[in-house]
Amino acid sequence: MSDAANEKATPATGRARLKRDAEKAAAKAAGDSAAVPPGPDGATANAGGDRAAADTRTGGAAAWSDAGGTGPEARAGGASAAPRLAVRRTYKLYVNGAFPRSESGRSYPVTSPDGDHLANASLASRKDARDAVTAARKAFSGWSGRTAYNRGQILYRAAEMMEGRRSQFADEVAAADGVRRTRAEALVSAAIDRWVYYAGWTDKIVQAVGGANPVSGPYFNLSTPEPSGVVAVLAPQDAPLLGLVSVIAPVIATGNTAVVIASERAPLPAITLGEVLATSDLPGGVVNILTGRTAEISPHLAAHADVDGLDLTGAGDLATDLESAAAQTLTRVRRPAPGEDWTADPGTGRMTPFLETKTVWHTIGV
Amino acid sequence: MPDTAYASDTAASNTSLRAYLYGLPGVDEVGAQARAADLSTRSIKTTAKRAAIDLAISMVDLTTLEGADTRGKVRAMSAKAAHPDPADPSVPRVAAVCVYPDMVETAVAALRGTGVGVASVATAFPSGRAPLEAKLADTRAAVAAGATEIDMVIDRGAFLSGDLRKVHDEIIAVKEACGTAHLKVILETGELATLDNVRRASYLAMLAGADFIKTSTGKVAPAATLPVTLVMLEAVRDHHAATGRRIGVKPAGGIRTTKDAIKNLVLVNEVAGAAWLDPALFRLGASSVLNDLLMQRTRLTTGTYPGPDYYTLD
Repeated sequence: MSDAANEKATPATGRARLKRDAEKAAAKAAGDSAAVPPGPDGATANAGGDRAAADTRTGGAAAWSDAGGTGPEARAGGASAAPRLAVRRTYKLYVNGAFPRSESGRSYPVTSPDGDHLANASLASRKDARDAVTAARKAFSGWSGRTAYNRGQILYRAAEMMEGRRSQFADEVAAADGVRRTRAEALVSAAIDRWVYYAGWTDKIVQAVGGANPVSGPYFNLSTPEPSGVVAVLAPQDAPLLGLVSVIAPVIATGNTAVVIASERAPLPAITLGEVLATSDLPGGVVNILTGRTAEISPHLAAHADVDGLDLTGAGDLATDLESAAAQTLTRVRRPAPGEDWTADPGTGRMTPFLETKTVWHTIGV
Repeated sequence: MPDTAYASDTAASNTSLRAYLYGLPGVDEVGAQARAADLSTRSIKTTAKRAAIDLAISMVDLTTLEGADTRGKVRAMSAKAAHPDPADPSVPRVAAVCVYPDMVETAVAALRGTGVGVASVATAFPSGRAPLEAKLADTRAAVAAGATEIDMVIDRGAFLSGDLRKVHDEIIAVKEACGTAHLKVILETGELATLDNVRRASYLAMLAGADFIKTSTGKVAPAATLPVTLVMLEAVRDHHAATGRRIGVKPAGGIRTTKDAIKNLVLVNEVAGAAWLDPALFRLGASSVLNDLLMQRTRLTTGTYPGPDYYTLD
């Protein structure tokens, strides 16, 4: 065979081979997807879906070049034969209303309780924490200056947005906690209801904990609770969604802004919650979510002079050290209460630790 | 290196001045940006960072140039200039405070004996749109009140329309009015449009006898960008090679963080040379950067992040 003939033959056989590969990959992907259903909107958030996406990556790319080589009809009609290029999701941080990767460029593998790889999450560094505090500080005056009624509307909006994504959350919670789908759905419902609960409290907490004080004189004496400022929150390690919402919502309901370290073991629902908050009219920077090692980031947040409150719910053994670090700059601390039942009625106990009472004397006038 | 051999009659006429300045080699704009971006990726850490922060503090011209300035504000700023961090006496004092001419007296009184200089903007800052007599009177008043440094603005309108001789003669006249006070010439690079113009204006100012060339008034955006500072540093370096005289550079406006300040220091060291790492030859015109420098310094000392609540408001 001459060289020229050889050259002519190669592209044709090459295309045929690519097509075969693509079909094989498609079949494999279909098999995997059948074993573990993918996310509701095609998102490959859960364990099986993610792996299937990884498997089809090579095949998908080959199929795409094949379609490109044989004309538009192949691309249009290729839906059954050629799998789509997988759109894979990158779990990033949520800081200042944006989704940056960690400044350090690091990530860490997240696994299910059975040890299955779920995804890689960003491994935030102390500088990410610093940036998050800066963002939260910047957002504080605007957020605390909004009317309580408006904050309630926005928290309710977060509940609405979560409702629209409930099956995605259910998948993530089921994968993260290793629980059955029905249980996961119940946890998601409880988390959504928790937003509504705190949305209702935004314009009532002032009446509940503030008031007019009796004084003997021609004055009013009024006490009103005001938000503390930037609150660093260590989310519970064991309840990746319901626990997370239960610690974030009370902090921001009263007008604080939050820097949250998500559950180290199960951070994925936290990032999805970040996506919900980003579309809930919540101003950027009001909630900042970091994923990574709680023990690495939390000491820097606890000692940070620009952090006004510290919720140690998920601190575990670190709590005592963090508390003494926080004391150096007179940070308000909420100690962890072991064995907290996240499904119980939350009351107001998570809102009041990060409120400061302002008392004003005012002449009565005539 | 540009050919900086001045003839004695370079400034004799607008034509010869124009021929000289437009004969300077053009600036590779993309190259300048790439070089500035490349140098700004340097990572300065630990002890080097600490030294850089202290050097940057000692180079700050603490500035307040607002219509709402009061004597009280100038006094407060002067106190901060002498003791940037009252809790830590090891923090160096800043180089100077920079105020409007009518505030010079207050600043001089507040800074007597501290070693901090008093700079005053003059010549109808920031626009420079006033008759020459008014500009000179402005300058003389500031010097008489005790200013040791004068920040003048060039006539950008004249420069851009090609009346280089007018700009040149104005600088000479103001320099004369300054007497012993140092003269900083503000080029207002944000209005000069190209880096070629920045280079020309730098040479024009140096030729006319400026002691410092300064990027901007801080009233026009963009202010001190790194490529602009780079071109000006190249100009003073080449001027020194040609004449043996060292001219200072002062980027002003837009420098807000410690990172910005350190990027500028890296640029100075790599472009002009270590001789310029001296408050006598390099200044940072800024005010908010000082708090960030102090916070970074505290962070290096204590290991914890400080908050702005612990520092004075500007």
